[in-house]
Amino acid sequence: MAASNTTTSNAVVTMDVFRYEPDASELPRMQRYTVPFREDWVVLDALNHIKDEIDGTLSFRWSCRMGVCGSCGMMVNGEPRLTCNSFLRDYYPNPIRVEPLSYFPVIRDLIINLDHFLDKLEEVKAWLIPAEDRELSEGEYRQSPAQLAQYKQFSMCINCMLCYAACPAYGHHSEFIGPAALALAQRYNMDSRDGASDERADVIFSEEGIWDCTFVGECARVCPKNVDPASAIQQAKVEATKDFFKSVLVPWGKRQQPAESR
Amino acid sequence: MPRHQPATPAKQHIRPMPVGWWLKRTSYFLFMMRELTCVFVGGYALFLLMLVARIGEPDAFAALLEHPGSLVFHVLALPFVLYHTITWFNVTPKALVIYRGEEKVNPVIIAGANYVGWIVVSVALIWIAWIAIGSA
Repeated sequence: MAASNTTTSNAVVTMDVFRYEPDASELPRMQRYTVPFREDWVVLDALNHIKDEIDGTLSFRWSCRMGVCGSCGMMVNGEPRLTCNSFLRDYYPNPIRVEPLSYFPVIRDLIINLDHFLDKLEEVKAWLIPAEDRELSEGEYRQSPAQLAQYKQFSMCINCMLCYAACPAYGHHSEFIGPAALALAQRYNMDSRDGASDERADVIFSEEGIWDCTFVGECARVCPKNVDPASAIQQAKVEATKDFFKSVLVPWGKRQQPAESR
Repeated sequence: MPRHQPATPAKQHIRPMPVGWWLKRTSYFLFMMRELTCVFVGGYALFLLMLVARIGEPDAFAALLEHPGSLVFHVLALPFVLYHTITWFNVTPKALVIYRGEEKVNPVIIAGANYVGWIVVSVALIWIAWIAIGSA
């Protein structure tokens, strides 16, 4: 179907949207909207059309609409997707069901509570902690392209949380640190400039850390940035196992006590 | 006490995990099947132990192998153990990432090495059995 035909046609798409208005009702409901079908519209465009033209009470998060900010993640026909990256034409003429990301508490309509996720990012210290502080005059921390390649894939994460909505281990146990936070922890552990893997070890190697992962692998499939958190977590499991054997078998191989937290 | 203290005091709606969650997506179902295969892998380990226990008694050893129950178990276990082996072989490149300079070693090579090892060990076992039968 050529674009010029569809923009002038009266084709429409049916959208079934999850509504939860805590002040009006304890229970969520599905609401049906009919929006114009456009070849170049994504699900987020359709939601914005609803909010602007049909029902201003519909609430959802979005920002960049170009797959960078990670705000507009929702379940589209049961699949975790960035709605700015999901074209209506891929679903047309079937109805499209839009729900908030699975397994997260819902605050309102399509908006989830992401406090837990932000706490977890903080818990795993998902930032660079240099091995030793250097004076500015000593210059930059240098890194070779080969050292960059080790962690670059994991650094592409945009914190959209689609991986959590795809992870049944997180669905069953919300204390699980989860795919994105563990991949980011691994990203800093593998960074040659970072020296804080011992500080992260207690959280990452705990039951709620990597060992809650049963390797379903769905996080890697739904990731819009090809981060492959499943791979990051399995690599961390290998590291943890090596660490354990070293501490048991080699007297001088014991992991250092975590340094004073910074 | 929960480790995380949510900052948002507002009412929120928690959606319970449906009991049939693993039937809702093909990939979830295949994952659960992979988990189920461990029963058959464990069962086969048990069978091997039973054989080891009879190692000094050739008649009892043969009787266990020829028992109809053991035949049924083998036919049932084979597809599950094959599925177990293949699915785990195929995900090894996720856990074992090797860099040659800036380039990742092709995951197909890493997974393929498992298959090569599998074939080598299988051929060696058949060869040993062949020699053992020949000398008997």
